[in-house]
Amino acid sequence: MNTVTYVFGIIAALIALAVVIESLRRHHLRERHAVWWLLAGLVALVVSVFPDTLGWAAALVGVTVPTNLVFFLSIAVLVLVSIQHSGELTELEAETRTLAETVALQDLRIKELEKAVADALQPRRNP
Amino acid sequence: MGVMPTALERTLIVMPAFNEEESVAAVVREVFATVPGASCLVVDDGSVDQTYREAESAGATVLRLPINLGVGGAMRAGFKYALEKGFANVVQVDSDGQHDPAGIAELVERLDDHDLVLGARFAGVGQYTVRGPRRWAMVVLSSILSRLTRTKLTDTTSGFRASGPRAVALFAQHYPSEYLGDTVESLVIAARAKLTVTQVAVAMRPRAGGTPSHNPYKAAVYLARAGMALFVALIRPPVALREPVVSL
Repeated sequence: MNTVTYVFGIIAALIALAVVIESLRRHHLRERHAVWWLLAGLVALVVSVFPDTLGWAAALVGVTVPTNLVFFLSIAVLVLVSIQHSGELTELEAETRTLAETVALQDLRIKELEKAVADALQPRRNP
Repeated sequence: MGVMPTALERTLIVMPAFNEEESVAAVVREVFATVPGASCLVVDDGSVDQTYREAESAGATVLRLPINLGVGGAMRAGFKYALEKGFANVVQVDSDGQHDPAGIAELVERLDDHDLVLGARFAGVGQYTVRGPRRWAMVVLSSILSRLTRTKLTDTTSGFRASGPRAVALFAQHYPSEYLGDTVESLVIAARAKLTVTQVAVAMRPRAGGTPSHNPYKAAVYLARAGMALFVALIRPPVALREPVVSL
């Protein structure tokens, strides 16, 4: 590995981390959604700064080609985050449904109240 | 000092309606003409047409959902309204005129000793028939659900059904909005919450919007989705009915 690829790896990891942290700072991301991306960014940074850690980790779990471990972990994180998002989406839909019900029920109640008020005021206007 | 209200007077007829401006008014009028003392709630499920005005002009109370939630979503809103207003029973009727309101009285009558009464389309009354793979799917579904509810059911995907007080309380909290969730999964939920289920044969008219499909591909998709709905319903933890406090 030459110096260019070494620096390129570090810069890529730093950019990823910077994007996540900036999003957090601007309230563009909430902590619970950012935690996986933060973790992935940190691991990428560590591996790019100390490439030997990758070889060591690959040997530890018995993966012959170290980059395969990177692919495996990357895909695993993406899958888990997707499942988390699907779950959040389901929850949001359930909440939207409840809100829509509440709005509809209150709309009807307001209309009935308005009618009752109008009826109560009617005789006084036209005696 | 009033006379004790009859079971039908304590019943709310709920009609989920999505873009049904052509049929909803006629169905509401027919319900009022057929069922004496009925209260009728049309749940306008985010329609973009004049469903709302049509239903209101026919004399129904209209609950307007701001977004389209599907039949199950519209029905849960209806159950909540019934609970809020103190109705004992809810009868679901389609707003496209498929269900004959003449069957409502009989469904409600059977609520005396059951929590949930289904209006079954194939039990000998009327001329509604389905053939081929779609029919097989319905038969498989019915046999599994019959075992689960410990009663003989022949038409589990019927949207014509009556719910008693216990079912209304349960469904106001748990009524799935997914495809087939409002029919298949709601039956599983009811059975798991130890509600009693039965069916009554009802006549069904042909749908205003064409006949049920006999396309084998669509039937296979239907079977897959029904199987999926049933599978999901069975792996979910059962929900218990929170018994209302009965004051003596």
